[in-house]
Amino acid sequence: MTTAAMAKAKSRGDYVRIVGLIFGGIVLLGIIYGYITNPVTTTAVLASTLRQSTPLVLGALCGLIGERSGIINIGIEGQMLMAAFIAFLANVYTGNLFVAVLAGLATGAVLGGFLAFMSVTLKMDQIIGGTVINILALGLTSFFYQTGLTTQGKLQAIALGPLAEIPLIGPVFFDNPPITYATLILVMVVHYVLFYTRWGLRTRAVGEHPSAADTVGINVYKMRYINVIIGGSIAGLAGAYLTLEAVGSFERAMTNGRGFVALAVMIFGKYTPFGAWGAALLFGFAVALQTQLQFSGRLEIPHQFIGMLPYVLTIVVLAGFVGRTRVPAAVGKPYEKE
Amino acid sequence: MTTQTDSKAKPSRLMAIWRAASIPLAAVILALLVGAVILLISGANPIAAYSALAKGAFGSTAAFGRTLEKATPLILGGLAVAFAFKGGLFNIGGQGQLLFGAIVAAGVGFGIDGLPFIIHMPLALLMGSLAGALYGAIPGALKTYTGAREVITTIMLNFIAINFTDWLADGPWKDEGIVARTPAIAEAAAIPTWGNIPAGFFLAILAAVATWYLLYRTTTGYEIRTVGLNSNAAKYAGIKVSYTVILTMAISGFLAGMGGAIETLGVVGRYQPGFNAGLGFDGITIALLARTNPLGVVPAALLVGAMQAGSSQMQFDAHVPFQIIDVIQALILFFVSADMIVRWIVRVQPEEGEQVTLSTSWG
Repeated sequence: MTTAAMAKAKSRGDYVRIVGLIFGGIVLLGIIYGYITNPVTTTAVLASTLRQSTPLVLGALCGLIGERSGIINIGIEGQMLMAAFIAFLANVYTGNLFVAVLAGLATGAVLGGFLAFMSVTLKMDQIIGGTVINILALGLTSFFYQTGLTTQGKLQAIALGPLAEIPLIGPVFFDNPPITYATLILVMVVHYVLFYTRWGLRTRAVGEHPSAADTVGINVYKMRYINVIIGGSIAGLAGAYLTLEAVGSFERAMTNGRGFVALAVMIFGKYTPFGAWGAALLFGFAVALQTQLQFSGRLEIPHQFIGMLPYVLTIVVLAGFVGRTRVPAAVGKPYEKE
Repeated sequence: MTTQTDSKAKPSRLMAIWRAASIPLAAVILALLVGAVILLISGANPIAAYSALAKGAFGSTAAFGRTLEKATPLILGGLAVAFAFKGGLFNIGGQGQLLFGAIVAAGVGFGIDGLPFIIHMPLALLMGSLAGALYGAIPGALKTYTGAREVITTIMLNFIAINFTDWLADGPWKDEGIVARTPAIAEAAAIPTWGNIPAGFFLAILAAVATWYLLYRTTTGYEIRTVGLNSNAAKYAGIKVSYTVILTMAISGFLAGMGGAIETLGVVGRYQPGFNAGLGFDGITIALLARTNPLGVVPAALLVGAMQAGSSQMQFDAHVPFQIIDVIQALILFFVSADMIVRWIVRVQPEEGEQVTLSTSWG
């Protein structure tokens, strides 16, 4: 990079940071104003923001773990849907929510393994591989789903003692169901593993320059397999969230494009866990606001236009930020050992 | 299968046809076998299910007409995806483009009165197709000017299209009564059905031939394929890549929109929400089953159309949920893409320039 280009990139970085600060300030003021004028609704919207963002953060974590190791995962949607279904079935037949969550994790991991098999072993085009998973999951879940199955309860919110008593912050952060807590922890764990451990360094090496990684003795195929499988299980957790924590039951195609929105979240978050978390909160906020607007019925906008909100936001975000994100260099390319 | 087999066909040409058709055929057979295993797991009898499926698809002239009717939008959906593939783009937005094509065709169909058939029907068809083209051009433009990946934007545009068309059919364009749907189209806008044979099917065949001609016999087609193979090389060769990307997506959207328009004008007769829900995904399977050859799309779409036409018979006779055909379609897509497995079985060497590569445009 030339110095001029670097200076330009730096000034653009500053510019983005300033815009971000201003935006953040406005949001903060908005929240304070909202809380003073209408504390109940504001708390409800913010709590719902965090929960709505959960499957998106998880999906984005799945995507970024894969892409950091060089594998595009556009099958997140299918992994989520399949895991949601299996977790639901496990809950119906065992009545044990913990087992059901594990079933969701395992399903996601299996589908992650399938994606790795297609893209690493068969060297299939990765986007088509992900599409296979999406279509297969939609078909299988619709085929095996029978109406009339009833769940045996869903995951309940756990208030964290006195922390949950803090006004505004308490109900938003410290009074959530388990998968939402797990997601917050996972963001930190993935960040730490990716940037501060040997594993993370190797993952990034495999995603940026696989032949160099291979030269120093890193098993590229193995790294990619394991990362995509772990990613898949995280997507599986998102699926479990949908059936066990958010809705409590299964519906056909219930993921509703969240797996794809998660990809936008991942890009918007610049392939970092905390970035993805911030981006997902923005989307979660849009959905929470949308639900609130629909409930209140005060707005004279047809509900279909409110329903479009997350999808329009995804496009706007992609259009505005894609060019500014650096994608792992080896992503999408099957690695051929020499 | 799709190449013309004139009497002077040399053995080498027959070999070429075999090479082109063997992998898709093997993929279909493998998918049906795995599908049979899934049917066994679910407690159904695969032989009974498949024979009911075949009966529902080909058992009578009415059944055959239904197969052609189902295949019609599938041909266009498959062409849309295949065409975009040739330009190196993955159009998963066929569904949204189809919805816009369908509702605009319905709008022209019921909104205008007193035109003769010779003007009204083609006008409705053209306006529907153009609506699809415009809607398809959006992700093309987004990709060109902002770098937003069409793989994600087209899916988002599908959801937006579902909401938007629902609103039109439930709001400004709503028919009288409680059902959310548009009024019926005028008689003069309808595409006829001759006996059991829908005329729209021939329009779809025409579109397939036109798409093939455009891709392989025109400069524009050459430019689109060059951009698809290597957009950097295309740029050095003086091709306007940005323009070509938008054009490719617009033509792809035109084809999908035409599928929606024919469905409205020839089958449904109006627009109603929930219209042809899974078509975008079907198009992907069909395009890859045809190995992205526009002429190959026709038999591929006929196969999927036959499965769709026969699925209700299968559900009725063998009590197998019709969704099994979605599973089989996904398996077909897997086997046709995982050609390493299939090649190992049928012992066919890969051909040059046949591979679909999308993930290079990801970054």
